[in-house]
Amino acid sequence: MAHGSGGKAMAQLIDELFLQAFSNPWLDKMNDQACFSLPAGRVVMATDSHVISPLFFPGGDIGSLSVHGTVNDVAMSGAVPKYLSAGFILEEGFALSSLKQLVESMAHAAEAAGVAIVTGDTKVVERGKGDGCFITTTGVGVVPEGLNISGDQVAVGDKILVSGTLGDHGVAIMSLREGLSFETTIESDSQSLQDLVAAMVEVVPDISCMRDPTRGGLAATLNEIAQSAGVGMQIYEAQIPVKPQVSAACEFLGLDPLYVANEGKLIAFCPADQAEQLLAVMREHPKGRDAAIIGDVTEDSLKFVQMETTFGGKRMVDWINGEQLPRIC
Amino acid sequence: MNCSAVRVRISGQVQGVGFRPFVYNLACRLGLRGEVANSPAGVELVIEGDESGLTRFQQLLWDELPPMALIEQLNSEPVPLSYFDSFKILPSAKGEVSITATPDAAVCPDCLAELFNPSDRRYLYPFINCTNCGPRYSLIKALPYDRTNTTMSAFDLCTACLSEYNDPADRRFHAQPNACPDCGPGLSFTDEKGHFVKTGELHDESLIAAATLIRAGKIVAVKGVGGFHLICDARNADAVVRLRQQKQRPDKPFALLGLNTESLNTVVQLDDNRRQRLQAQDAPVLLCPWQKETSLDTENRDLIASGLNWCGVMLPHSPLHFLLLHQLCGRPEASDWLESEQQPLLVMTSANRSGNPLITDNQQALIELRGIADGFLLHNRDIHIRCDDSVVNGLSDSMPIVRRGRGLAPQVIQLPQSGPSVLATGAFFKNTICVTKGDKAYVSQYIGDLDNPDCCHSLSEMVNHLIQLLDVVPQQVVCDQHPDFFSSLFARQFAERHDLPLQSVQHHHAHIAAVMAEHQLSGAVLGLALDGLGLGDCDQLWGGELLRVDGRGTERTGRLSSLLLPGGDKAAAEPWRVAAGMLYQSGQSDEIDKRFHYAGVATVKQMLNQHINCPQTSSAGRLFDGVAALLGLCSINSYEAQAAMQLESAALSYVEQYGWPECEPLLSAGVATDVAADSSTIDSADMTLTELNLATLLTTLSEIEDPLYGAALFHRQFIDGLGCWVFDTVQASGINRVVLAGGCFLNQLLLRGLTEQLELNGIEVFSAGKIPCNDGGISLGQAQVALQLSLPANRQNSNY
Ligand SMILES: [Fe+3]
Ligand SMILES: [Mg+2]
Ligand SMILES: [Zn+2]
Ligand SMILES: [Zn+2]
Repeated sequence: MAHGSGGKAMAQLIDELFLQAFSNPWLDKMNDQACFSLPAGRVVMATDSHVISPLFFPGGDIGSLSVHGTVNDVAMSGAVPKYLSAGFILEEGFALSSLKQLVESMAHAAEAAGVAIVTGDTKVVERGKGDGCFITTTGVGVVPEGLNISGDQVAVGDKILVSGTLGDHGVAIMSLREGLSFETTIESDSQSLQDLVAAMVEVVPDISCMRDPTRGGLAATLNEIAQSAGVGMQIYEAQIPVKPQVSAACEFLGLDPLYVANEGKLIAFCPADQAEQLLAVMREHPKGRDAAIIGDVTEDSLKFVQMETTFGGKRMVDWINGEQLPRIC
Repeated sequence: MNCSAVRVRISGQVQGVGFRPFVYNLACRLGLRGEVANSPAGVELVIEGDESGLTRFQQLLWDELPPMALIEQLNSEPVPLSYFDSFKILPSAKGEVSITATPDAAVCPDCLAELFNPSDRRYLYPFINCTNCGPRYSLIKALPYDRTNTTMSAFDLCTACLSEYNDPADRRFHAQPNACPDCGPGLSFTDEKGHFVKTGELHDESLIAAATLIRAGKIVAVKGVGGFHLICDARNADAVVRLRQQKQRPDKPFALLGLNTESLNTVVQLDDNRRQRLQAQDAPVLLCPWQKETSLDTENRDLIASGLNWCGVMLPHSPLHFLLLHQLCGRPEASDWLESEQQPLLVMTSANRSGNPLITDNQQALIELRGIADGFLLHNRDIHIRCDDSVVNGLSDSMPIVRRGRGLAPQVIQLPQSGPSVLATGAFFKNTICVTKGDKAYVSQYIGDLDNPDCCHSLSEMVNHLIQLLDVVPQQVVCDQHPDFFSSLFARQFAERHDLPLQSVQHHHAHIAAVMAEHQLSGAVLGLALDGLGLGDCDQLWGGELLRVDGRGTERTGRLSSLLLPGGDKAAAEPWRVAAGMLYQSGQSDEIDKRFHYAGVATVKQMLNQHINCPQTSSAGRLFDGVAALLGLCSINSYEAQAAMQLESAALSYVEQYGWPECEPLLSAGVATDVAADSSTIDSADMTLTELNLATLLTTLSEIEDPLYGAALFHRQFIDGLGCWVFDTVQASGINRVVLAGGCFLNQLLLRGLTEQLELNGIEVFSAGKIPCNDGGISLGQAQVALQLSLPANRQNSNY
């Protein structure tokens, strides 16, 4: 990968790479924009910049991650994701073979999620000014009639569900980055959730809210919603799915899986009387096999998220400003 | 006869404690005339009579002071004669009452005598009390302290009780919780499922049911003064084991309840000093050394306080507890039994599920203690303010307070300065809050650890309650420097909501300021904070610091050399991780997996090698933890400070048997090398940052086989090393007053040893006495710092 003079040929090469991998009627027109029409309904748009080290990890790479991240953000509104744009910032010297691998992985992920990458852009920066490859994706989707899914819809009495095990992504990345070896390799859970969401909203259109607990994990997401909806939450440690190897790794490292990032899980809130039904739908779907009802939305003037521990005690699952600082006194 | 008159103004704890009837009776006895009334500051009286009578009166005022009264200030001045014809108690008008709320007090000797007098109308009545004793703070909903503002408002006084209440000569004159079997609260008893056991004579039947269960080795939840206790027979090992299992409390020591000091003396060593402390009206849990030969089986002893050579003991603090023991003693007649040694010895532990606040409500008890308690001894006098048992350390002559709760709260501290009202929200563990009014600070009771949501709610309620009780509007808010504590979040929100200035105070600065407040110190001191963890400047983790503190702020002048915490907070729960860090630092990584066989040991080694989640700290608390694990005394803390307590206990055992080990000094102080990240808040800083280097000591300790010897050696070396270091700093700074603060000073070997050393060198030493030296004192320190900084600049010649 070259930058500046002589980079022109390279840029062309890259463009061809993208064209080939993402090929679709909009991109193939080679305009500076994509022009498309959307089915009826409210249009949803989300954008996310992806920066991750290492770029390749067990269970995925930055290419597929950049599709999953944005597709999931769009899907959390209940929308069907349709189109993506992709912006690349590449560091001078980044291996073309690696780029090819990433792009192919993106194309696969997009195809699996039923979205087309319809427009894009690439910039190459000087060596040392980037970390190999950064990818920004923007997604557009359409919300089917009759859905109103949003943080402020969460109400006292709602049940809280998660679609699967927590902490996989964060622990996988950290283990790889630090060269930590555990008995079994922990894989990232990076995946797109639009099909799981579609199945869920079809059966339970009354879902109040969905979120993907990415950075800051379950804890940060629940606190955000508690604040915005003005409610408290009570979750039960015994009900929260965590893979034994993730749990053990967290234990060793001194991490709390509730605060660790996920890239292929969602949290859903729905009225209590529909929770079992929703759970059943989720569990039928391959991406929700380990789904669980983990708690309740409660009335709480202080908007606490609290957890009943497996020992029957209670614990704050509180808000953390930035990095987790030790606080045991 | 030569008559004259004086006006006496008294402030302190003089309302709601029988002070006016005491004055009335005293005046009548001496044939004096005049009047007495409550005043906003306390009590005011005018008294007339002959010189000798007046002198005698002022003498006896001090000598015969009612047990719950506390005089802070007394001014008397001659006034013109008014020619009163008698002595009168004037009713108090609204606005005339002071803000003092009185702590709860153990049953007084008069009430105790009545309780076991078959001809008394309150014979065996569990709620007997008078102006000299009984519940106070736990019942108060608002001030002034009148029955209508207490949870006793639910009970109408009967004719007999009302006449006592209205008779100035009676011991129950204005005793707000006054009650009798005809009109007052009653007992009830339910089985483990919460079904009321049908009873005839309610009080008796309930007590019999509870005693029967205890005798059978069962666990009974008993509603006391400040909350529920779980009680079982301490002599029944199975019962204690079951209590530990049910409460999921594997090792944390339990307190023991015995009828009197004679009975307790069969298990712990009681000298006169300790006996007196136990019998005081706050009736605390007192930590005392075990008897060499206890009347308890060794097995039971280990079940109650495993690995420790001391134990917490207490005497009954309410009539109900006396009655329970009365049942367990087989209902002896008369009152001789009260004085003699009695067999029953009970485990008495606060009733809650681990970490949750103490339970105060009947319904809540039945729900939360289901599966733990086999029966519930309940009553219908509501507890408004939750108060855990207070804990006092009886291992040292000064008997410092470890935890302020029932009998000690609310605590009023006279501050060295006055200022606009401050609300201070404390730290994270053992939280208390503090509100100041004028030159007085009111420190709440122990609230709990803020990782528990109910304790956080308690904090929020306590703020409202204390502000209301004191009738103040805080003018500023102060919190810890750690942004993630609920106490800090609460302070931010409170300040925002009321549009008040907010400031944060560094944790160890607050520790030192708390001791300064208690001793009314102003001007500069050197503070040695030996503590767990507190957030320092630049997000460093402090806990073994030398700070120069004065009215303008603080400057860090020294610190302990760094330890590593593989896993952050996890290392506080698992001292072996700290020890692993010590071995890594001394180049003995190979030793780590030889000594520790936990599942995570390989990962921990890797974390140390690659600096993954291994924050550095200068914490002394972690040093004690790590050394305990290094010596093989305790690798995992199943309760807070377990390792540190076992280390102290091991050292005590060694020293008692062999004396202090002798060895050349292994600690040395020098100039710290990596000072870039350190900053100070005083711009006149010209002192260098020094460091007490632990490396040689830790390497030596890692090679010692005998843990008791190692523990003693560590204590000796650490005390001596600190002593020299502090002495050098005193010399360099010219500040001759040293404050010892922080949770590590609960360790009496350390506190005594270091105090002695420093005093021998002519240094003035101050440490915590009334306020716990641990994080329970942080709120007071925060308030003190905020008050000082809010003083006008000209009084401080500083640029704040
Ligand atoms: Fe502290
Ligand atoms: Mg996102
Ligand atoms: Zn009394
Ligand atoms: Zn009565």
